[in-house]
Amino acid sequence: MQIIIAFVAGLLMSIGIAVSMMIDPAKVLAFLDLSGNWDPSLALVMAAALAVYSVGFHLVRGKPAPLLAEKFQLPSVTKLDKPILIGAAVFGLGWGLVGYCPGPALAALSAGSPATLVFVLAMIAGWYLARRWPLPH
Amino acid sequence: MENFTPLSALIGGTFIGLGALLLMAALGRIAGISGIASQAIFQKQDRSWRLAFVAGLLLGPLLVTLVIKDFSFSTPELGPRTIIAGLLVGLGTAWGSGCTSGHGVCGIGRFSLRSITATLIFMAVGVLVASLF
Repeated sequence: MQIIIAFVAGLLMSIGIAVSMMIDPAKVLAFLDLSGNWDPSLALVMAAALAVYSVGFHLVRGKPAPLLAEKFQLPSVTKLDKPILIGAAVFGLGWGLVGYCPGPALAALSAGSPATLVFVLAMIAGWYLARRWPLPH
Repeated sequence: MENFTPLSALIGGTFIGLGALLLMAALGRIAGISGIASQAIFQKQDRSWRLAFVAGLLLGPLLVTLVIKDFSFSTPELGPRTIIAGLLVGLGTAWGSGCTSGHGVCGIGRFSLRSITATLIFMAVGVLVASLF
């Protein structure tokens, strides 16, 4: 049952990524690039996702446990440390260069574009390297 | 602003929020795509639900193509920039423990200071890079 729900959750998220056109890096760059013909759409994608999630999360969090698991697994680190500050900046750098963040890049794989595949493979290599060489706190 | 598509943005955002919420309500997990996908690849423990999530992620757009007949989207040009950007996104999301979904939606949605800060940073850097290059 966990597997089916996880599948549906991933499906819903990538349907959202596709319908909102976040799957199109040109659309994302049109939001990030303030110098050209600015497209504010992405701000509304985030606003809608946040409205649903923040209300839902606080309703769900009041329950003793999730429906299909023993406990809620929330990050234990709450401090602002070097890895999160540097990591977020490095991510922003890559995001601004091409317009892909991980979700849309994975979702776009089905289009069969070699560039998307190369981006995803490079991203996986990045994940591997960061696991090999974690940043000191 | 002639490219502004408010309706599809709001509908798409709602789907993203619902998917993330489902994962929290049912499995008690944060729907951080970079974390789930990288752990599906590099970590044996709890692999099956993560693989199922990634499978859903890969299939969603195909479903949209079936329903909306003229659905299409552009992809980047292949070049050194694609490889460098992919590497940076991988490194950055792993070091920074999250991306647009984990920090930008789930983290901000639960009012996490770490995620709010991370989102402000990657947005600001993303805007800077996209505007300059």
